[in-house]
Amino acid sequence: MPQIRDAAIHGYGGYVPRLRIKATEIARIWGKESGEVPIKEKAVAAIDEDAITMAIEASRYAIRRAGIDAARIGAVHVGTESKPYAVKPSGTIVAEALGIGSNITSADYEFACKAGTEAMQSIIAMVSARRIEYGLAIGSDTAQGRPGDALEYTAASGAAALVIGRETRDAIARFEYSVTYVTDTPDFWRRSYERFPMHTSRFTGEPAYFKHTITAVKNLLAENGYSINDFDYFIFHQPNVKFPLTAAKILSIPLAKVEPGIVSDVVGNTYAACSMLGLVKVLDIAKPGQRILMTSFGSGAGSDSFVITVGEGIEEKRERAPPLAAFFSRKKTIDYGMYLKMRDKIRV
Amino acid sequence: MKKVLIAGYGLTKVEEHWDRSLENLMAESSLKALEYAGLSRVDAVYVANVYGEVLQEQAVLGSVLAEELGMSGVQAYRIEAGAASGIAAVKMAANAIQSGEANVVLVTGVEKLSDGTAEEHLALTAMEEREEYTGQMGVHQAASAALLYRLYLSRYGARQDGIAQFAVISHENAVGVSHAQYPFKVGLDTVMKSPYLSEPLHRLEATAVADGSAAIILCSEDFAAKLDPPKARLAACSLATDYVTPFDREDPLHFQALARATHSALEMAGVSREQIGFLELHDSFSIVAALSLESSGFFPRGKAGEAALAGKLSLNGELPINTFGGLKARGHPVGATAIYQLAEAYLQLTHQAGKNQLDNAKHAMVQSLAGLGCAAAVCILEEA
Amino acid sequence: MLEFGIRIPRYWRGKPFRYRLEGFRCEECGEFHFSPRLVCRKCGGKRLRRDKLSERGRLICYTVVKSASPSFEAYTPYIVGLIQTEDGTMIVGQLTDCDPEELHEGMDVEATIRRLQTDGESRLIAYGYKFRPAIQRP
Repeated sequence: MPQIRDAAIHGYGGYVPRLRIKATEIARIWGKESGEVPIKEKAVAAIDEDAITMAIEASRYAIRRAGIDAARIGAVHVGTESKPYAVKPSGTIVAEALGIGSNITSADYEFACKAGTEAMQSIIAMVSARRIEYGLAIGSDTAQGRPGDALEYTAASGAAALVIGRETRDAIARFEYSVTYVTDTPDFWRRSYERFPMHTSRFTGEPAYFKHTITAVKNLLAENGYSINDFDYFIFHQPNVKFPLTAAKILSIPLAKVEPGIVSDVVGNTYAACSMLGLVKVLDIAKPGQRILMTSFGSGAGSDSFVITVGEGIEEKRERAPPLAAFFSRKKTIDYGMYLKMRDKIRV
Repeated sequence: MKKVLIAGYGLTKVEEHWDRSLENLMAESSLKALEYAGLSRVDAVYVANVYGEVLQEQAVLGSVLAEELGMSGVQAYRIEAGAASGIAAVKMAANAIQSGEANVVLVTGVEKLSDGTAEEHLALTAMEEREEYTGQMGVHQAASAALLYRLYLSRYGARQDGIAQFAVISHENAVGVSHAQYPFKVGLDTVMKSPYLSEPLHRLEATAVADGSAAIILCSEDFAAKLDPPKARLAACSLATDYVTPFDREDPLHFQALARATHSALEMAGVSREQIGFLELHDSFSIVAALSLESSGFFPRGKAGEAALAGKLSLNGELPINTFGGLKARGHPVGATAIYQLAEAYLQLTHQAGKNQLDNAKHAMVQSLAGLGCAAAVCILEEA
Repeated sequence: MLEFGIRIPRYWRGKPFRYRLEGFRCEECGEFHFSPRLVCRKCGGKRLRRDKLSERGRLICYTVVKSASPSFEAYTPYIVGLIQTEDGTMIVGQLTDCDPEELHEGMDVEATIRRLQTDGESRLIAYGYKFRPAIQRP
């Protein structure tokens, strides 16, 4: 499966909104036992935030870390399942807000939680093909669960962005390989004009998340001759905390290589941003020469898996913007009533 | 320069006139003024109004009023300078008289805010700032006034109750005033305990939605001789502008436009501040009253609140203000407000102020502001 | 009831400042203008160039808006602040991601982009700057 030629991460940025709701607070409303909750708390976008504003936040940091003039960016691709507009591109708003020029490609991608890595794939390809000097790949979501639905505990808000350009000595990390594995699997969907998604309960596990995640990883390892030992970090999509840890167990990956990339325990499932935020968290601590295997999952269903090697530029560049931990500690806990107001769930 | 005199007035009560139109209100005050002066026609009509084209979707108010009065054919204009529209219209009217083009004119101010909601009124106030950088950002005039208030309290270490006292004074003076919107007393404690509109600005330190119309008759000295009613002289009328948003100015706590207009009005009238017997202030917000008194040089900066608390600004004080309740208690029907102020000053100078009559007031100053001082207009009236 | 909605061409024209704090500075006296100008309001100079305000500044004072105009009612209560940007320009705007108790005069704030309002009928979203307490490293 394809080797990636000449594409590297020059800047990365993560953004998590300030508000949190504890899973036990949601459980209180629906009469569930607090021991049953899948995560501790999740990040909630404020009433004035959406996938576009959060994409801008994350991208601002990515560009700052890259240390480049925004005008050199030739593509802005946004992956999200919570587009503020059904029709009207998100990328153009992101581009104008950040002073990126007008001679760019702008695309919005949708592939449930895999939309962010879809954006990465297309930006990597454009850079490799020398169509652009730099491109911005963004995953951003204000994911919604129907009140009372199991998804309500985890569907969260966050964004992550990567500035991707050609390989240089001072790049943050280099892309080595990537595989994608997709099938038609109806585990989760949202029809047009519907506010909340539908899912097929336990069907979302084994035939969906695990099948695609594990197949993508196994394919990548087999096709490129890597073994688990060749990697320092494994990052998975995280609809909760249990799934990525179970995937690691199935693949015999030591827990210590998975935990650094876990974000869902304290921010929830940020959908298109989820595995990318895991990458951001790892890049905040990774050292030059370390190797990362990042695997997304999106319902519908499919997984992208990337081999990323950390470069020399990381030490200097990561200091140029706040680490993700700054957004973990910047938080305000809200109750269920405020949560409904913030997420526009009060309809009269 | 030719003398210009006020020879009549007409007022509607300020309130929410649910069953009456903008047209009807301005016709009533105008007719009252004409009848008071014993006139059936004038040489020109000036209408002061701010929100007619938004709230009533009605332009050409000059033609509308002329028609309402059975005066179609007369030259008629609508003048707008925000809440200072009234004095702006008076200025144009006085110019027409002084140029000899007109001998007697009608100036009518009118506003009908109750056709919109209180929330819409908040949006409308942003029209008196750079709306694109305030209103569209969620910053209405009360929010800007609250920021000025905070700056004021922190810069001067002033007590908030001194500023809130301006509302108390206006309410005290409105008692028994038949055209006032809120003719009752309100205690300082009540003002200070009312809910915040925008901290630290309390709801009772701001004006409310109001409808009303006020009219005055202006004429030349020669023409005045033919009219029976008592007269007061318009000794000066001056208007100046400033940057529209207060925070763009060198000092947001100094209304430079008001300082300029006051200075030039005093010069024009040939009087000093000490000769001003009373002031009709633009107390759209309590803090604006304080800033006005200081900007126009009547009190040192940061001291207006102390003067208010010490009783210096009450009817029996050394410089009475807002003798019929001011914007706060008589009411603030925006485009009409300055005409109410002028009519009230006229009543004082012609000894028709009833229980609020001041002794020995020979000169009155009327101050009017657009927004938070982007335009300031000052009139000085004197006994004729 | 009247609609005080977004006039779309007007909103669209205002993007440079609303999105990026980009206005016009007088080449002669340095005065900053939020909107395109033909003449400097301060010195009358006619040479103005595009310039961007610093996205960082300090909070001078603030107020909590409890009653808002119709387009902003859904957001109440919200905070409005007076900010002095690093280049010395005074600017009024909303403060987001904070409670009044966390604010104090002189604190560092930074510009971000948020939803300002949503047009009642067309549902168009107006985006623009708001300020927030500067993100602190843990």
